[in-house]
Amino acid sequence: MTKFLATLVLAAAAPVALAAGAKFPVEAANTNLGDRASLQRGAAMFMNYCASCHSAELIRFSRIARDIGLSEEQVMQNLNFVGAKFQDTVTVAMTPEDAKAWLGAPAPDLSLTARAKHQGADWIYTYLKSFYLDESRPAGWNNPLLPGASMPHVLWEYQGIQRVVTEPRPRDAQGREQACRHGEVANACFVRFETVSPGLMTEAEYSGLIRDISNFMEYIAEPAAMERRKYGVWVVLFLAFFTFLAWLLKKEYWRDVH
Amino acid sequence: MAAVNPVTGAIAGLQKWIHDRAPGLDAAYRKHVSEYMAPKNFNTWYFFGSLALLVLVNQIVTGIFLTMHYKPSAAEAFQSVEYIMRDVDWGWLIRYMHSTGASFFFIVVFLHMFRALIYGSYQKPRELVWVIGVAIFLVLMAEAFLGYVLPWGQMSFWGAQVITSLFGAIPFVGESLVEWIRGDYVIADATLNRFFALHVIALPLVLLLLVVLHLGALHEVGSNNPDGIDIKKLKDANGKPLDGIPFHPYYTIKDLFGAGFFLTLFFFVVFFAPLFGGKFLEYDNFVPANPMVTPEHIKPVWYFTPYYAMLRAVPDKLGGVIVMGAAVLILFVLPWLDRAPVRSYRYRPLASKLILAGFVVAFVYLGYAGYQPASPGLTLLAQIATVYYFAFFIFMPWWSKLGHFKPVPERVTMHD
Repeated sequence: MTKFLATLVLAAAAPVALAAGAKFPVEAANTNLGDRASLQRGAAMFMNYCASCHSAELIRFSRIARDIGLSEEQVMQNLNFVGAKFQDTVTVAMTPEDAKAWLGAPAPDLSLTARAKHQGADWIYTYLKSFYLDESRPAGWNNPLLPGASMPHVLWEYQGIQRVVTEPRPRDAQGREQACRHGEVANACFVRFETVSPGLMTEAEYSGLIRDISNFMEYIAEPAAMERRKYGVWVVLFLAFFTFLAWLLKKEYWRDVH
Repeated sequence: MAAVNPVTGAIAGLQKWIHDRAPGLDAAYRKHVSEYMAPKNFNTWYFFGSLALLVLVNQIVTGIFLTMHYKPSAAEAFQSVEYIMRDVDWGWLIRYMHSTGASFFFIVVFLHMFRALIYGSYQKPRELVWVIGVAIFLVLMAEAFLGYVLPWGQMSFWGAQVITSLFGAIPFVGESLVEWIRGDYVIADATLNRFFALHVIALPLVLLLLVVLHLGALHEVGSNNPDGIDIKKLKDANGKPLDGIPFHPYYTIKDLFGAGFFLTLFFFVVFFAPLFGGKFLEYDNFVPANPMVTPEHIKPVWYFTPYYAMLRAVPDKLGGVIVMGAAVLILFVLPWLDRAPVRSYRYRPLASKLILAGFVVAFVYLGYAGYQPASPGLTLLAQIATVYYFAFFIFMPWWSKLGHFKPVPERVTMHD
């Protein structure tokens, strides 16, 4: 946590990100809202790492407990670090003044992030995978999905540190610049990420960790999603059966129309 | 008489009681339901009228429940919608039924209008039915636009910004008009408040009145049919049209089946794809309205995109606004543009059918183009499609009477 705070402080006075449409391919996270263990792990990671700076003001602790199968005690002891009541929503530990001083602006609320992107949770998954060293940034980090954002790589201990390898844009026969084939980063074409120093986790372990976070964020963006699919099956089956009966009734009534 | 079922007896008694006091109600029921003679050859296209009514009821009922929890203020609107989605019991279902209903309303209404187009249902003596119908379409567009602003997300805000600023293109009064509509110099709390009032009270009242007039006008002249034949020409000994059947029970039962089929599709979307890939509810609208950040690509919801493409196709702002408005208004005069000797396209020349097919292609292309970010190639094609859209109507008095028309049979034909 001390290293994490140090990184935060380094991010001081970073300008607010102008999210100009980054052209970078997004990987499938393969999240699964039915996987409770993943949601619980995701919740723990989210509260430990994301919620220090980001709020999720639209979701209540009590709702999380009910939906992902945790007791009030478990939630209050393991997920609530801000002294909130069980019925409260997830607010941020950091004050707005500190946020402004450390990050340049309060970090955005994460309640709906997974719904506000057309790639959904996959965007979050790829975002958390793609932080790379960039000396030109105040915090030392950059990300091809949100170039120039002030957010540092909070999970660097787990993933390790990577830098980006790029190549110039391809040119056609007339020497005109063409679009990159594998995505764009730092005004050049993305080739690959290269590990500078390894983290505590293997690549597969880290992918699992950020998949859990993405899964949890997909859940908080629409807590009704689980119910929706559960009831939906029965509603649609009932209506299909009703339609069949109505069709039989129509046939019966219309027998004398020629 | 000895063994009268008490329930049947009570119902008969009540009917008599009402009839004695309001004999007119009885006559109205016979005129509009039990003895309203509808052609017996209605096909699938004829489901969309009753379905439009069904969606209207859905919008009103779900809308009432939404207003119980929604807060029409710039500070609270976005949060209150998410409160409905999360904390109100079944709030998510009500909200998705309302938002999905908006899109399905337009699907149904577009198909309903197309039905009228292909079977010549707007021709004499049904001009009034058509004209009231176009008025409904116009009010529906305003209603949908106002409703889209209420969640107060980024697309709500910037959509309102773009649409209200269109009025600024009007010479002399434009600027003051925009300010008058917004109730402020910018889109703000005052705008949201009045849009809420218009969305939940003013326009629904107008819409309901117009729907009553639409049905009233229809029942005066009777329904058209896929053959475009006047069924009142041939009547039996009792004065009933030979090709007519009473609306109830035949079409009430048939429409029940149509409603079931429709609701199956509708609820499939509500439960499994309520955003419909960002088309029914846009991703950017899950970001709260922020006057300081302009979304990268401001686009209207899918049902406005054909008209939005026309607006963008014209380089001049005022010209674009005029073209967009004219695209809807020109529908009002359609009954007087069509000079064909028959109603239904079934009996029209091949050339007419091809011209109509081209119109469909142009309209669908405009819908696609309005959804994409503007590019030179897209704009050129959208301009061509816009010209085709207007040429279709403007030259209709000439092309509609050309060619060889097939003879229209005396009696209706049964296909499906």
